[in-house]
Amino acid sequence: MATTSAEPIVIQLRDIYRTYIMGDQVLNALDGVSLDIKQNEYVAVVGSSGSGKSTLMNIFGCLDRASKGSYILNGTDVGDMSENELAKVRNRQIGFVFQSFNLLSRATALKNVMQPLVYRGIPLAERKEIASQALEKVGLGDRMGHLPNELSGGQRQRVAISRALVGNPDILLADEPTGNLDSKTSREIMRLIDELHDQGQTIIMVTHEADIAKHCNRVISLEDGKVSSDTKQVKSR
Amino acid sequence: MNTFLESLRSALESIRAHGFRSLLTSLGIIIGVTSVIAVVSIVQGMSESINAQFAGLGSNSLTVRSHTPFKQAMQGKYSKLQDSDMRAIVRQVDGISHVTPVLYANTGSRGGISYRAQSATSNIMGIGPSYLKVNGIYPQSGRFFTRDDENRRRLVCAIGVDIIENLELPKDPIGEFFLIGNNWCKIIGVIEKRGEILGFSQDNYVLLPYATARRIIGNTRRDLDIQVQLLVEDMNRMEEVKSRIRRVLRIQHKLKAGQPDDFKVQTAEQLTESFNAVINTVTAVSAGIVGISLLVGGIGIMNIMLVSVTERTREIGILKALGATRNNILLQFLIEALLLSLIGGLVGVALGYGAGALVAAMLPGFPPAFVPLWAVLLSFGFCAAVGVIFGIIPAAKASQLDPIDALRYE
Ligand SMILES: Nc1ncnc2c1ncn2[C@@H]1O[C@H](COP(=O)(O)OP(=O)(O)OP(=O)(O)O)[C@@H](O)[C@H]1O
Ligand SMILES: [Mg+2]
Repeated sequence: MATTSAEPIVIQLRDIYRTYIMGDQVLNALDGVSLDIKQNEYVAVVGSSGSGKSTLMNIFGCLDRASKGSYILNGTDVGDMSENELAKVRNRQIGFVFQSFNLLSRATALKNVMQPLVYRGIPLAERKEIASQALEKVGLGDRMGHLPNELSGGQRQRVAISRALVGNPDILLADEPTGNLDSKTSREIMRLIDELHDQGQTIIMVTHEADIAKHCNRVISLEDGKVSSDTKQVKSR
Repeated sequence: MNTFLESLRSALESIRAHGFRSLLTSLGIIIGVTSVIAVVSIVQGMSESINAQFAGLGSNSLTVRSHTPFKQAMQGKYSKLQDSDMRAIVRQVDGISHVTPVLYANTGSRGGISYRAQSATSNIMGIGPSYLKVNGIYPQSGRFFTRDDENRRRLVCAIGVDIIENLELPKDPIGEFFLIGNNWCKIIGVIEKRGEILGFSQDNYVLLPYATARRIIGNTRRDLDIQVQLLVEDMNRMEEVKSRIRRVLRIQHKLKAGQPDDFKVQTAEQLTESFNAVINTVTAVSAGIVGISLLVGGIGIMNIMLVSVTERTREIGILKALGATRNNILLQFLIEALLLSLIGGLVGVALGYGAGALVAAMLPGFPPAFVPLWAVLLSFGFCAAVGVIFGIIPAAKASQLDPIDALRYE
């Protein structure tokens, strides 16, 4: 992975804390995390349950704010941003895929994928056009009119991925994207994510499974909110 | 503008997705607006017809009409004024220059007139020759009734200028025939324009010879109740004439010493005053109804919107994760509340008008219902205000949700 060092840094975390105070108990879900993520990296975040993986992803995705420390995304300090600016970052720079899909249950696949484009002020006809292309890319061209509950788990996750990518975000964040899927469907989803990486997408993914972490070219292990190891590897499929 | 359109679109979708619940949510508003519009339509229908009756009455005119005392009304006995009463006044009271009976026929469907494909409602009155003098009006074209018309009970009429427009009659309608109920009636005169009072046109009326009117209306009403309008020769003797009429009518109606009058003798001013007092009371009461029911309706909307925000917490979280700003969410929920309220208003106006028309048609002697535009606009204005006022708290609550908390919500 000699080439990666030449790529620009997309995410820079410096001494990030995320502290929960419950009564007189103080819990550091993230306990001084510093990381650099470069463009077109394919990162797996692993660690035992409760180690802070989701907390870290939420901070990456600007869904949550760090209690302390600095987060620089594409050269801009996220800590200084207003609520509206954060919404804009979530809309344009980040695509988030969740374990539980998080599709809008009353909206069709197509409408789900169209939704992020609403906040960019793109007119309806154009939104439809872009979203249906995005769905075709993930192989769901014939399922656009289906509601989430009319789709299989794998198909739902494809819709979610397509929705995350429809606005060409800088980073794709995926928190256990295969956590709710059987092994065959998981492999299909991983194949899709691998392809995205091959096309140049920067990807950070949380996973429990060693098999899935193998797909990535960098593995970050968390333990009690701290980075316990950070290794580069040659991805294998 | 674009965000507004998007919010409108998603609000509509959400309302449609919860069709029945949306209906229940709006129910408070629907009931409020329905009752208000029903009341207003009836009151306005009445006031339109009553105002027409007052128009032009000079300050030296007196109107005598039946009045049922409360006690008597409880027993279901309604007072009447009859031809014999008028004759007694003419015979026994001095100082009167002109007298005319007035028989109102604008009762529900019987107020209906039509010409070719056009139909309309109007105030139809049977009157004597002195009516013009008492009311200070003149024919602008054609002629007025003659004794002969009266004696032969001819189906001829003089019309107010509004009728020409309402029925799309030719510019010069003299000699045309149109239908009053099922009777063809020939137009022999057009009365000059009287203008408006309190925003109501005073020119939507049809005058028939008194005997003719009795012939048309008399078939369906056995005991007619008429009014008597008269001019007092000398303004200074007004009170004297009034008390003289009272005495004559009390004897005529065989009232004993303790019994209250079963009629009223009023000057034009008194008429307007007593009428306005009634209208004001009804307006105040209906304003009260609006206030209370819109308040209740608004609270209903707020309640459901709060439930809806809680129920859709996860959805809000997803939208925020996809890049919705606080304003996007706020606008969406606010517009949803506004729409619920306005839809309630729309249904309410339609139902209210229907209810008013139904009541007016069913009660004998009631003029047709009429909903003025201001009442509709006011209703919508209130509904919009209620939607915004009671929608803002749930919408603000939705917009302030933390994306992570919202996404975690189960
Ligand atoms: N809202 C919260 N309030 C208090 N504590 C929290 C909150 N969210 C997370 N935590 C705590 O922070 C720690 C890290 O949680 P996190 O969800 O990041 O774990 P994770 O590594 O994603 O676990 P898993 O693999 O089970 O998903 C946990 O100990 C959890 O209890
Ligand atoms: Mg997790």
